[in-house]
Amino acid sequence: MSATEIGPRIPLGAWIESGVDWVTDAFGVLFDLVRTILVASFDAAETLLTSPPWWVVVAVLSALAFWAKGWRLGVGALLGFVVVLGVDQWDNAMASLALVLVASFIALAIGIPLGVWAARDDRVSATVRPVLDFMQTMPAFVYLIPVVVVFRAGVAPGLVATIIFALAPGVRFTELGIRQVDREVVEAGHAFGAPPGRILRQIQMPLAMPTIMAGVNQVIMLSLSMVVISGLAGTRGLGREVVSALSTIDIALGFEAGLAVVILAIYLDRITSALASRSPVARALQATAAR
Amino acid sequence: MTILAADGVFKVFGRRPGEAVRQLRAGASRDDVLALGTPAVIDASFTVEAGETFVVMGLSGSGKSTLLRMLNGLWRPTAGTIRLGDADLGSISARDLRTLRQERVSMVFQHFALLPHRTVLENAAYALAVRGVDGAERRRRAGEALEMVGLGGWEDHLPAELSGGMRQRVGLARALAAGTDVLLMDEAFSALDPLIRREMQDQLVELQQSLGKTIVFITHDLNEAMRLGDRIAVMRDGRIVQIGTSEQILSEPANDYVAQFVADVDRTRVLTAGSVMVRPRAVVVVGAGPRGALREMRDAQTSAAYLVDRNRRLLGVLRDDDVLAGQRRGVETLAELTRDEVTAVGVDAPLAEIFAPSAETPLPVPVVDDDGRLVGVIPRVTLLEAMAPTESANGDGSGGTAAAASAPPGRTNGTLSAPATAVRA
Repeated sequence: MSATEIGPRIPLGAWIESGVDWVTDAFGVLFDLVRTILVASFDAAETLLTSPPWWVVVAVLSALAFWAKGWRLGVGALLGFVVVLGVDQWDNAMASLALVLVASFIALAIGIPLGVWAARDDRVSATVRPVLDFMQTMPAFVYLIPVVVVFRAGVAPGLVATIIFALAPGVRFTELGIRQVDREVVEAGHAFGAPPGRILRQIQMPLAMPTIMAGVNQVIMLSLSMVVISGLAGTRGLGREVVSALSTIDIALGFEAGLAVVILAIYLDRITSALASRSPVARALQATAAR
Repeated sequence: MTILAADGVFKVFGRRPGEAVRQLRAGASRDDVLALGTPAVIDASFTVEAGETFVVMGLSGSGKSTLLRMLNGLWRPTAGTIRLGDADLGSISARDLRTLRQERVSMVFQHFALLPHRTVLENAAYALAVRGVDGAERRRRAGEALEMVGLGGWEDHLPAELSGGMRQRVGLARALAAGTDVLLMDEAFSALDPLIRREMQDQLVELQQSLGKTIVFITHDLNEAMRLGDRIAVMRDGRIVQIGTSEQILSEPANDYVAQFVADVDRTRVLTAGSVMVRPRAVVVVGAGPRGALREMRDAQTSAAYLVDRNRRLLGVLRDDDVLAGQRRGVETLAELTRDEVTAVGVDAPLAEIFAPSAETPLPVPVVDDDGRLVGVIPRVTLLEAMAPTESANGDGSGGTAAAASAPPGRTNGTLSAPATAVRA
């Protein structure tokens, strides 16, 4: 039984489409500006990662792992990047890393302040929550269609789709972290006459930092998971390799590009979770737990 | 001089607080207006004089914490006025309120509310940092406050490295360093172990004698209220049911509720061993040998000592003559020289159960925890004193505030002279 038998079909899709068309026309200049900024940021990040000789980049990334966690992660990172080089995916991996870094940075720059606002105002929280649910559960491919229409093929639609998809945990974890801060400690700030900005900066943010860092980790992991999907929009990097392997049934290429994604994922995950446990509050809590 | 004055103060949480207040004023009971909101404080009026320790006592849910939080504007009253000095806390602007908190009123919290990632010194200096006092001056004043509460030398530690009692000392130092004349204390000692709690109470009384702050102290513990308070307000279900000195509350309870509370104080079944015990004077660890045991007794100027093992578990009582005789005979292990003449009681044992053990011996009755560790002792005189607050209160006759300030009748343990810096092992 089709819906038309019980009533007229709702042309929801058509409405959305005409809405997108209208937005594209009306805000064309704005979108061009956004596109220019996104492409420039991506190019800058990619240049930073690919213009030095590969061994310099490998050394810096491994040293970062060593500093964040210890020699095991340092050596592991080194081996991982050598494998990526060995299967000739280095340039693609760096393009994907640039995409992840730019998208995560923008998603956090939007998400953390929004999370702070939501934590301070219940109405904002109630408004933001369903929007985030929508953004996170809508199949990620669906974003690509209007985004490609608006931003045309290339890096920009991949970045925008990634940012939308990865935004939610940044907001949620920030809100949760700040709401979880011991009420008495916040009260102490008020009781000694600290203004709200100071309480946010010196009490709420530091005490929420372990939770916010877990959100940062999630944002980065979700960005990486969008890498393959954004390949569909023609974004350079490992995603495009996977997509082309899929369309030519090239098992070898598909596996090599996929493995490079896994190595990047493990690297980014371990680094961000190590950084989370280095915040002053996390350390103080570890000291308490050790007693 | 009146520092704080509350007049007809209501605080109702919920959807229609204004209507709830109107009905409460018209005589409705707390339960009648629950559909409109939850009345936390109902028609509270009192004044606090300069230099006074004013205790608000009530069980949990009686509204005492809400009342306290209205005294520094953390909550605004739904109706009624609260004045701190010249300022009306109901209508003051947010900016003036912050200034008032920085300069006039500070607060000590039940769970300490310290910043875990800041050092003890930085925590103590928090109020000064907020006020914009420069670095050197800030460190100097915070250091002085820490010295005052007996935490000199701990400046660079993190709160996590301190015991509960020491953390609350930091909380107290933070409030003292602020240099405000009014101190609000919200169940400040309730989260601490009984002996530490009493040390803190004694220390607060001492500090109060030298500093003369105006203190509003919230507690659910009547003994604590009696020890600290010049005057006590008893709260029940949001209402203040009686305000008076401890003598007045004990001898002229305003209604059955207060009477019941006070009756409980007199009853030996409510006071526990843990609440009256004092530090044992002479404790000998089993490895010390007869010579060590005798030295310990001589230093403590007693003729008997408690023998414990390495984990502080009580093994028995040593008498000086037994130890001397044993030493002559060449006995090396102290365990052979103990007597079984004292019976230990548990921390939670009511005083009623301590009379029999106390009558058997002139020695203080040892108090042990669940693991059999010696945590304190009860000398007979302490037991008798704990029984007698009502009589001594009546003996004072007039029940004047001044008399209560110098010697609250509930303070039975003047003998407890533990150093302020003592730390829980």
